[in-house]
Amino acid sequence: MISIPVEYVEYLYILSVACFALSLKWMSEVRTSRFGNLAAVVGMLVAVGATLAAYQIQRIDLVALGVLVGAVIGTPIGLKVPMTAVPQRTAMSHAFGSLAVALVGVAEYYNHVPSIDIFTMAVLGGEMVLGFLTFTGSCIAFSKLQGLIPGKPYIYRGRNLVSIAILGSAIALAVYLAIDPSQQMALLVMIPLALLFGFNLIMGIGGADMPTAIAILNSFAGMSAAALGFILNNQVLIVAGALDGSSGFILAVIMSQAMNRSFTNILFGSVGKAVEGQQSAQAGRVIQQYTVEDVATVLDGARFVIIVPGYGMGVAQAQFVVKELADLLQTAGADVKFAIHPVAGRMPGHMNVLLAEANVPYDQLWEMEKINPLFPQADVAIVVGANDVTNPAARNRTSSPLYGMPILDVDKAKTIVFIKRSTRPGFAGVDNDLFYLPNTMMVFGDAKQVLTDLVAQVKKHIG
Amino acid sequence: MVGLIQTDLAINLLIFVLATFLGLELVRHVSRLLHTPLMSLTNAISSISFVAALIVLVDPKNDLILAIAIIAVALAATNIVSGFMITERILRMFKRKEAKK
Repeated sequence: MISIPVEYVEYLYILSVACFALSLKWMSEVRTSRFGNLAAVVGMLVAVGATLAAYQIQRIDLVALGVLVGAVIGTPIGLKVPMTAVPQRTAMSHAFGSLAVALVGVAEYYNHVPSIDIFTMAVLGGEMVLGFLTFTGSCIAFSKLQGLIPGKPYIYRGRNLVSIAILGSAIALAVYLAIDPSQQMALLVMIPLALLFGFNLIMGIGGADMPTAIAILNSFAGMSAAALGFILNNQVLIVAGALDGSSGFILAVIMSQAMNRSFTNILFGSVGKAVEGQQSAQAGRVIQQYTVEDVATVLDGARFVIIVPGYGMGVAQAQFVVKELADLLQTAGADVKFAIHPVAGRMPGHMNVLLAEANVPYDQLWEMEKINPLFPQADVAIVVGANDVTNPAARNRTSSPLYGMPILDVDKAKTIVFIKRSTRPGFAGVDNDLFYLPNTMMVFGDAKQVLTDLVAQVKKHIG
Repeated sequence: MVGLIQTDLAINLLIFVLATFLGLELVRHVSRLLHTPLMSLTNAISSISFVAALIVLVDPKNDLILAIAIIAVALAATNIVSGFMITERILRMFKRKEAKK
């Protein structure tokens, strides 16, 4: 095996760090994005290779076994996970990543206790708390997204007090450990407390807040990796962790802005309850129900159609038939665009990936800010599996819990086709004013079924 | 000795702050189209904790520490392998209009 002097490993780490930075740079646009992935692979290989070549690692056979296990588990995940399941795969990878970081922290503690200086121990304590809470938080996020446990927020009276008490105790123990690292019992209490905090935190988060929650967990996982870099005095860890941490942070900011909510409100607030008063106020309004035949008639002759996809499209696996409908309308001479709300789906960018999977060219996918001015020109807007992000109440009803949230201006289209499974309100428990507009055509049924029927009807019309 | 540690800390903090600013700037310019693959990519990058596990394995004091570090190696390796693969798969799906004909 090649070996290099330890002094030189730093230079290879610099090369690796440059690759990671370039990788993010190239991710800025689709054209260069695959080079971005490649650059990150190179950066990783250089960092791992340099470490293996520079250090005398004990039990390299067991390391090889660990890598083999990782490859055996990771390859099927990487190659087989369907695009609809990418959010849960992401949550799982946050769980794995943060557990790895937390475990290295534990190993590092036991390897050096009790001769750990106060600074190192303080960072180590923080790193373990962050790593372990991200681990259970991500496990819960995974379970909710995978449907293993109900996606509804689990909120009880005094939840925030409990959260603060748990986190406070964990931090107090970390401080205690920093002062006296030899108190191993404190560590053994601190870890379960951190695990419990992550569990309690994410149990309270509902489906629609998942994009933000995942981004925050992403940020935590990165930050704990960076903290590990401080402990080991290893710069490649600091930089890679900081890049991941800041990336998760930016995504969380974008997500929370797209919902007009603060982090604290998402993590500690309680959306999804106490809006019952709303429903009764809206009684007496009539929903006009239509059939797919009616919709096909309207689509016949439409020159500009905007399709608004939401999480429901992914659940019904309707993205392929949506694409079929779009193609059909385009053949008939219509301009078809997709309007993507930043928080549509269960993770940042989820809708784009689902539609790309169905072969929708990405220049047909339009961001909210760019598509909104075009809605008044649209002959038909078709809403598939989205709800809250189209509710005009967010614009004009100050009493609505959605008030202030940026929405897609679907109501401005000449005709609105709203495909919905039932009259049940959206995640926020709010009735959608859009249902009652005179130019809205409600079609009830499973998105995939409705669209399949619609495609058949449109074909008849085109003849 | 104490002075040395403090210098390390200062330099590491400097690196951390600069890397965070760099990350914020770079990610701010990532197209919204690519937010999902961005997350799977940065996730794979943060599995650099593989390197941390290797460093612990240079001198593990007992078998428990060895075992914990090997588990960390397996977890990080899983993320590296699946993260890069899935990113590549997602990115390959993004096509322009011309490309599909």
